[in-house]
Amino acid sequence: MQEVLKKKSLEKRVLAPRESRKTIGNINVQNPRMVCRNVDVYYDDKQAIRKVSIDIGRNEVLAMIGPSGCGKSTFLRCLNRMNDTIDGCRVTGKILFDGKDIYDSSVDVVPLRAQIGMVFQKPNPFPKSIYENVSWAPKIHGLAESKAEADEIVESSLHKAGLWDEVKDRLDQPGTGLSGGQQQRLCIARAIAVSPEVILMDEPCSALDPIATAKIEDLIDELREQYTIVIVTHSMQQASRVSQRTAFFHLGDLIEVGSTDTIFTKPSHQLTEDYITGRYG
Amino acid sequence: MSSSKNKSIAGASGSSRRERTIDIVNRRLAKRYRIEKRFRFYGLCSIIVSMVFLAVLLTSIVSNGYSAFFQTYVRLDITLDSAMLDRENPGKSNFQAIIKQSINKLYPEVEDRKSKRELYALFSSGAAFQLRDLVMRHPDLIGTTVSLWVPADDDVDMLMKGYIKRSVAENERRLSDRQLGWIDRLADQDRIEKRFNVTFFTAGDSREPELAGIWGAVKGSFFTLLVTLVLSFPIGLAAAVYLEEFAPKNLATDFIEVNINNLAAVPSIVFGLLGLAVFLNFFGMPRSTPLVGGLVLMLMTLPTIIIASRAALKAVPPSIREAALGVGSSKMQMVSSHVLPLALPGMLTGTIIGMAQALGETAPLLMIGMVAFIVDIPGGFTDPAAVMPVQIYLWADSPERAFLERTSAAILVLLAFLVLMNAAAVIMRKRFEKRW
Ligand SMILES: Nc1ncnc2c1ncn2[C@@H]1O[C@H](COP(=O)(O)OP(=O)(O)OP(=O)(O)O)[C@@H](O)[C@H]1O
Ligand SMILES: [Mg+2]
Repeated sequence: MQEVLKKKSLEKRVLAPRESRKTIGNINVQNPRMVCRNVDVYYDDKQAIRKVSIDIGRNEVLAMIGPSGCGKSTFLRCLNRMNDTIDGCRVTGKILFDGKDIYDSSVDVVPLRAQIGMVFQKPNPFPKSIYENVSWAPKIHGLAESKAEADEIVESSLHKAGLWDEVKDRLDQPGTGLSGGQQQRLCIARAIAVSPEVILMDEPCSALDPIATAKIEDLIDELREQYTIVIVTHSMQQASRVSQRTAFFHLGDLIEVGSTDTIFTKPSHQLTEDYITGRYG
Repeated sequence: MSSSKNKSIAGASGSSRRERTIDIVNRRLAKRYRIEKRFRFYGLCSIIVSMVFLAVLLTSIVSNGYSAFFQTYVRLDITLDSAMLDRENPGKSNFQAIIKQSINKLYPEVEDRKSKRELYALFSSGAAFQLRDLVMRHPDLIGTTVSLWVPADDDVDMLMKGYIKRSVAENERRLSDRQLGWIDRLADQDRIEKRFNVTFFTAGDSREPELAGIWGAVKGSFFTLLVTLVLSFPIGLAAAVYLEEFAPKNLATDFIEVNINNLAAVPSIVFGLLGLAVFLNFFGMPRSTPLVGGLVLMLMTLPTIIIASRAALKAVPPSIREAALGVGSSKMQMVSSHVLPLALPGMLTGTIIGMAQALGETAPLLMIGMVAFIVDIPGGFTDPAAVMPVQIYLWADSPERAFLERTSAAILVLLAFLVLMNAAAVIMRKRFEKRW
């Protein structure tokens, strides 16, 4: 009898939603661009993100690191409401963009996503020509009324993404015919073609060689002058090279936030230290 | 110790593997290939079986039907006597009498009325209409003698084609010995021959097999399918896009989905009953018309089109949708620029399948009166019309032997249209399909 009870209470403990762990470090910044408070994300009944609170500053690059499956992509996709497209995905908590709750029912996601652009983890060019891939978004937003304007945007975007020299002679060829790394750069060019104010990048360099990676990192540096960038990466070096602040996620919790220097030199949490020194797992 | 050595496979997965992987792989390789070979053999067998069935079907239809593309004609020397023809108003003349006169000239020895009736029965009543058309077109022929090939009666046609046997006893034969003699006389004078049956492709239905044609039914089918296509493609496409891309996923949409799938399985005659109750009785639309037929067939094809279109939309990778939404496009822009172009080939295939189904459908059309005997060739959507499958059904039901071959010939025409439609589907798919 007692054993049964014991077993039951054990099961209950396992099944009960785990409390979120407290975030170490300063989540606040001066004059933030985006403010996230107590963000929970559920896929159906499964909770993927627990009570994440963090500020994203202006003209800063925030790097999100953490082991695979810890919810980095999930959290990133909350920031421009891409999770709306997933059936059964539920987001609670507050995410403010310039002081306005983006999950408010009055918010229109179309202009929101034009302001907060995204580069996805898997390259997903349109099954159309390279030119159309880049020019489509500016066209639908009315940023490129004439052919000349569109040409100009296509060229400068591809330049910034470091793809221009490789594709300038075959802009009318399908974007899906490019190599994986080229496709990812095409997606970056597509995202920056509408000049969004915040760019969310989900492992943009995972399929790129060191040269292309360097180009993208230069681009990120350059974009930071005007824009806010959130980047998910599995490369510690990349995080330390491009970002000013770093957030470490673990199993749906935001474990530690801080300036990149601090996180990589004097991490406060044991998990963070294990992860960045490669002892994780 | 030695037994564990024999069980080397068990050890292979562990760290203490005694055998190389390639040896284990090789041992099973033969079996794996055997399975593959067997499967390929089964596949080939089933294809051969279906090809054989198709070949049997086609040969039986062709062998029954090809003779309908030829028809026996008889040459008559017709004197267009100005006494019998009014130059001012030739259409009013008694062309039947003129034809009979020229027949009498061929057989001067036939005198009594009963024999004459037997004699005239060898010639189609269409001869008079043919002569009338000729005179109306060329009034200047009046007063001359023309040599005209007129259709023979279907019994003569059947005899010429060998379907009526001379060896059968006279009282069991549709032609008497005397009639056979008259026909032989025509043959001796080179007045009888089989020619290409133009009538079959240009005429509407008729009680006389030699005058019956498929053209009225072809036009009826065309108008009917046009109504069906024009209504069901846009409606089906809109419904599929809405359900797949815009509708919230909840109980109501689940309910709709289940019902659409059920509708696809509803016996087609039920749609005919519905059409009878709604379109004819409630809205009072005209019976037997392509308009109502098209509406009924639309009800029938809609579920097919919706289901196929939804499947095509589902097959579009979600990453494309994310890409479009991620740059801030509206859902409509996402659908029209990226999702629809990718789904269109599949949607068109579904539509053509639905149309092919509709082309071959009989039962629901019987309910709305399209089974009526209609001689006139329909000129529009509200003219009474027959459609090809109903025409086939009507002919198959007729007792005359000559209608039997026309049934098969009509089936051939129907099959030809199906092949054409499917070819069109393939071409359109190729056109819209971008492989990138
Ligand atoms: N569409 C979905 N439906 C259900 N569960 C999901 C879905 N997407 C992600 N998850 C779950 O949410 C958790 C977090 O996933 P997420 O993709 O955010 O991880 P991640 O940190 O981006 O990992 P990686 O570094 O491998 O990309 C995982 O446990 C995953 O299984
Ligand atoms: Mg991810």
